[in-house]
Amino acid sequence: MITVSDLIVRYPGVASPALDGVSLRAERGALTALVGPNGSGKSTLVRAMIGRVAVAQGSIRIDSEDALALSRRDFARRVAVVTQRDEPAFPLLGREYIALGRYAHGGLFRTVQSDDPAVERAAERAGVTAFLERRTDQLSGGEWQRLRIARALAQGGEALVLDEPTTFLDIGHEMALFELLADLAREGLAVLLVSHQLNLVARFASHVVLLHRGQVAAAGTPTAVMQGSVLESVYEWPLVVTHDPAVGAPMLVPLRR
Amino acid sequence: MLVVLFLVALAVGPVAIPMHDLWSSEIVRAVRLPRAVLAVLVGAALGMSGGALQGVLRNGLAEPYLLGVSGGAAVGAVVAAMLGLAGPATTPVAALLGAVAAVVLVLIVARVGGGRGADPRVLIMAGVVVGAFANAAIMVALASAPADTVRGAVWWMMGSVADANWPGIAWLAGYVTVGGALLLLWAPEIDALALGDEAAAAIGVDVDRASRRIFLAAATVAAATVASAGLVGFVGLVVPHIARSGGARAHRAILGASALVGAGLVLAADIAARTVRAPADLPLGAITALVGVPFFLSRLRRSP
Repeated sequence: MITVSDLIVRYPGVASPALDGVSLRAERGALTALVGPNGSGKSTLVRAMIGRVAVAQGSIRIDSEDALALSRRDFARRVAVVTQRDEPAFPLLGREYIALGRYAHGGLFRTVQSDDPAVERAAERAGVTAFLERRTDQLSGGEWQRLRIARALAQGGEALVLDEPTTFLDIGHEMALFELLADLAREGLAVLLVSHQLNLVARFASHVVLLHRGQVAAAGTPTAVMQGSVLESVYEWPLVVTHDPAVGAPMLVPLRR
Repeated sequence: MLVVLFLVALAVGPVAIPMHDLWSSEIVRAVRLPRAVLAVLVGAALGMSGGALQGVLRNGLAEPYLLGVSGGAAVGAVVAAMLGLAGPATTPVAALLGAVAAVVLVLIVARVGGGRGADPRVLIMAGVVVGAFANAAIMVALASAPADTVRGAVWWMMGSVADANWPGIAWLAGYVTVGGALLLLWAPEIDALALGDEAAAAIGVDVDRASRRIFLAAATVAAATVASAGLVGFVGLVVPHIARSGGARAHRAILGASALVGAGLVLAADIAARTVRAPADLPLGAITALVGVPFFLSRLRRSP
């Protein structure tokens, strides 16, 4: 379980904090979604987890352990993070890229074996076995996105954090990814998903946290958070929330101004 | 290939020496052997340094000469010489201090100019400018020096393995062995850093520490070559590309191949330097630049 408590993060030279006292929990066995407009602090929270921004105040815990005190390597063994973007400066084979997820598990020489069985398993799970022998610079945006998921799965651990992983994915692959994340959560993983796809979040997530200007504007079940009045003021756009006629989940429809 | 080149280097020169006499010839032992060994070490060091810098900076245009590392090292070496501290043991240390100062300056300038996360092109620009500044500083330092010293210094700034001597070679070999071994050890970290800082942190790399120490090791081996052979440019640029186009993708393979290709390249360049206009010796750095500059320009056109 990932527990974030009263987290405050400031970027140098910016007056208002990027995160201003955020608390949330991503439980094991649950798919927790972190939503909110651009610049609301979602990616900053992910960056704080991997130590790329300094935490001014507050804590991040994995179960009862202080995540901010863990080495990067120990953290990576417990929590796999898919950041918003990464790209090899020089092309690798798909298999070699996925194997980099095993870095934190390497021995003294940190040698990464691209024939590690964990690589095959992760590739199968993410549906990228067809790209294992292809070069990363020859993949489409969607293929590359799925390869990154496979890398995180190869990393293992008890929690998975993803920052907008469905960018560049078509409808089919997007649905497949949400189903995969829901399955992983059901198998006991704590999944924390940053996403702009509110309607899919409403169908798949068990818990939703809505961020607005660095603060939690609402948190709870999708039905509790997907309130027209709340979303309208946070996204600053007219919208209505109805119910999806096919699956019954709350559905957001943005209106024309 | 490298062995053949090495034998050619020993056999070729103003006095041709048949292969079967190589080991008994005084010329070979006293002149050509140290020179060839020095060329191999310089090439291997520059190749590995370039390979590591390109990976860490995620930039196929990075290399010690263009980043101002070599220029800074040269200033360090010249300052040591002016203070009367020059020697096979002390010059590399002074060169290293100069190189580190140059790297720090380049990174600060590039970060200021490029906002968060240095833009590769800003980095190269900063490196070239710091290198130019280093050249100017050396010229100022040499202004009042005797003509002989100036000529020697100019020669050295264009890179040469003509003054090879065993004590210098022994020190360089030490730096290259230790620095190269560390770079090979840290190669998986370079693989991770080549994905970008956030991705590297996500898979468990302490990004700031790892990139600092890899930078330092890469600068050290490059600075050591400057101390014993002057400024040999573009080897660190060209060689890792050759290694990658030969199929090396992981940095342990890239660095290993770069050491071999670099050694071969500098050895070949030195053979050219002393045979093209024999008996005159051309500066080694001039030969490598003649090969490297067109390559750099073609890469620059293709870089995003």
